[in-house]
Amino acid sequence: MGVRITGAGIHPFGRFEGKTPTDMGVHAVRTALAEAGNPEFQAAFCGTAYGGVASGHKVLGALALTGVPIVDIEAGCASGGAALQLAAGAIRAGQYDRALVFGVEKMPKGIIRSSFFEPWREEAGLAATPAYFALRAQRLLREAGLTKQHLAEIVVKNRRNGVHNPDAMFRKEVSADEVLASRVVCEPLHLWMLCSPNEGAAALVLQRGDGGVQLAAARLRSHLPGSVLGEATPLSGIDDHDITPPSTLAARDAYAEAGIGPDDLDVVECQDTDAARELLAYQELELCAPGEQAKLLAEPRAVVNPSGGLLSKGEPLGASALGQVVEIVHQLRGEAGPRQVDNARVGLAHTVGRGANAACIIVTR
Amino acid sequence: MTSHGVDAGRPIHEGLFESTADGSIALIGGYSPTSGKYHFPLLDTCPYSGATDVQRVALSRDATLWAWTAVTAAPPGYTGPVPFGFGVVELVREQLRVITRLRESDPARLEFGQPVTLVADELPDGVVTWAFA
Repeated sequence: MGVRITGAGIHPFGRFEGKTPTDMGVHAVRTALAEAGNPEFQAAFCGTAYGGVASGHKVLGALALTGVPIVDIEAGCASGGAALQLAAGAIRAGQYDRALVFGVEKMPKGIIRSSFFEPWREEAGLAATPAYFALRAQRLLREAGLTKQHLAEIVVKNRRNGVHNPDAMFRKEVSADEVLASRVVCEPLHLWMLCSPNEGAAALVLQRGDGGVQLAAARLRSHLPGSVLGEATPLSGIDDHDITPPSTLAARDAYAEAGIGPDDLDVVECQDTDAARELLAYQELELCAPGEQAKLLAEPRAVVNPSGGLLSKGEPLGASALGQVVEIVHQLRGEAGPRQVDNARVGLAHTVGRGANAACIIVTR
Repeated sequence: MTSHGVDAGRPIHEGLFESTADGSIALIGGYSPTSGKYHFPLLDTCPYSGATDVQRVALSRDATLWAWTAVTAAPPGYTGPVPFGFGVVELVREQLRVITRLRESDPARLEFGQPVTLVADELPDGVVTWAFA
């Protein structure tokens, strides 16, 4: 017996002065439940990284929907994916017939401050998140024979897609020249190559059964030790050529569970926290062999980040993975309007971040 | 900024580096004979294998540059000068890659594989950390 997605709701991602994470969560949950026909559910799972204590309870309290078990989950950028894995697993195991999964976030402005880092590491300037992205970008450019022009191309592609997404934060098309003219944050990354931490919420209703839009797999993995520039952000590492990154571990688990391979994907929403992160995801999700990104860009297969990606939407950590799934649900139902991918039947959502945590979710129709 | 030993200021955190006889500093790492691997900072368990036979070692002061950038705006909790160099150096003997501040803050003046050496690096309020130059 499978798991169906019977409702999908999103609160736009952006900056909303005066709105609380609870307000945004209420909007997303209401939308998802209404789509599903306002069914009863036996459990709720809420992803958030900065929401604080009992974020899920606050949302369901505001809707008079408490009483069921409510589990709040933090797994960095993959928090929503972690919530989805727990909910899907509980349904598959027969514990529940129906579960609500949602994510809420209201990120502080500026460079993300994380309790992950010890205070001395901040004081030394070694908690500079965009700088880690930049080092990873520099290595990828070198190892895959890519240039800053490729990074700009990713931004242009995603921002072009974002124009058609009413839930995105940035809806203006940009040119490669404009991207490369934006200020350098950390060489080789310019400002427009980085996504903005922001606010938002997303929600899904899961139900045991087959038919319609199916949650074929939701898999979370953490890192294997050793990679100095991996999302675990250690202070040192070793040669990591033989160390499988967490995104690949999660992707392989998800492909196996869904019984498909990367060639079967029609649509992919992947972690484009910075433009290079999307290019790295291509090889980690095995959409292309390592170093073959330029070839894949020249002859694209699955459509990647039709929502505009995090580069257009911004990144509310707890909501971003579920926001990707909402996009894929809309694509698979043929409800994505001007950004509709033709005949989309199989989609993958990928998030990776602090922990390290990586989540891969496969949705089919 | 001047290059001098840890005696000149307060180390940013205990156990990361120590003064050397020539007035400079050395990073303190760990080595596990079971795994054959080095790590930094020093832990009581090898982070790659879980082995508990970790020996305290002073790491090589000479390294090669493996990745670099410059941080152009002060990250959270940091009050030192910007821009500052930031990167990864490879300690060849230990086959260990270490996250570090870099003395050079202009990325255009650095090259892959360039030899670099450990130095003490002064932050505001007399705090001393490590960098490579």
